Amino acid sequence: MTSSALSALLRSNESTLLDAWLTEQKSTRNRSAVSEVELQQQSREFLQQFQQAVTETGDSIRGDIETSSFRSLRRFLEEVTASRTQQGASPSETARFVLSFKGPLFTLIRSKVPDPVQQLDAISDVTALIDNLALFVTEAHQKAREAVILRQQEEMLELSTPVVKLWDGVLALPIIGTLDSSRTQTIMESLLERIVETGSEIAIIDITGVPTVDTLTAQHLLKTVTAARLMGAECIISGIRPQIAQTIVHLGVELGDVVTKASLADAFRIALQRSNYLIVKRSATQPASSRV
Amino acid sequence: MDHIPILRMGEFLLITVQVDMHDRLAINLQDNLTEQIVRYNSRGVLIDISSLDVVDSFIGRMLGNIAAMSRVLDAQTVVVGMQPAVAITLVELGLSLPGIRTALNVERGMQILREETARAMGELPEEPDAQPLGGGFDEAV
Repeated sequence: MTSSALSALLRSNESTLLDAWLTEQKSTRNRSAVSEVELQQQSREFLQQFQQAVTETGDSIRGDIETSSFRSLRRFLEEVTASRTQQGASPSETARFVLSFKGPLFTLIRSKVPDPVQQLDAISDVTALIDNLALFVTEAHQKAREAVILRQQEEMLELSTPVVKLWDGVLALPIIGTLDSSRTQTIMESLLERIVETGSEIAIIDITGVPTVDTLTAQHLLKTVTAARLMGAECIISGIRPQIAQTIVHLGVELGDVVTKASLADAFRIALQRSNYLIVKRSATQPASSRV
Repeated sequence: MDHIPILRMGEFLLITVQVDMHDRLAINLQDNLTEQIVRYNSRGVLIDISSLDVVDSFIGRMLGNIAAMSRVLDAQTVVVGMQPAVAITLVELGLSLPGIRTALNVERGMQILREETARAMGELPEEPDAQPLGGGFDEAV
């Protein structure tokens, strides 16, 4: 089938095709998040873009969608896929949007092309084309998902390594989330670099936000503590929750001579004490100026 | 051939490692250091490794050996200025250098040496850290 014939067929039967397609989509649609109005709009747009792409394609249709005539259709499909991915559609749901177009189109060809040989040719050409479009949509879906995952990963890494200066010579490292090898490496490096940068002699590692501590996590923590000690800084581990204290003992993890505290406040108190600071509470009756 | 100079400053010896430490150099350093500790009757050794970026298990072990030898000769060892990358490598190699005092910079290292020797001479009572943790804070009412 030539592209001009298909294009003419599409143009003259646009509304019937659209109606049949929408009915088809509604019957197969399962609790998809796309609203009816949106679906109708997207289907109409697709049909127009598809017709335009077919018209612009030279003599015969080969199922090649990488050509320039399909560029705007590809861009449109990417947009549709991206919005559906964000709404949480599965890959098959997004691909079905394109694949469900096959049925109505075949019915149309069957009724308008009487010659069996021509009919078969037309159907096989159109199948190749639609299949390629469906593959393209699946790939776009995958890409959109990967982009989301990548962004989340980056955000998590940035979130995971803040080193906070609590006082002159006292750093705090609040760890949130599970400690695995690659994260420990990042955390360790940023802590050690900040120790050099600020010349801090005490670092408090707060593990309140670490959900579970297993032998591996404990080993990672101890490595960080040892590395800091080698550089001449002392580490205090704080924020050990009751369950975690039990786990540590049950697992037989040896924390050695590392100072551990239940809360960050306790650890900070020790840190100030070791840096020879004295905390004095000002009494209410005394004027502020009498104390330094 | 390169060699690592050992500077004498009062009762302490200062070693600044400024070249790539290779094995022969490390062994020579051990020889020279033990000799000088005995000759000058030194009480402390300060090793500055702030310009050392690469370390292997041999160098790590050698640092441990130097500390152990100095202790036998009654001198304290402080290693100062270790780079983060070196610290991470040593930990990954399983060398935590137990028994070596460390400090962030030369200034703090010298302070530690002075405190340690003063304590050894009986001029300072006990280590301030030795008191029970958590106490020691006055809350004036």
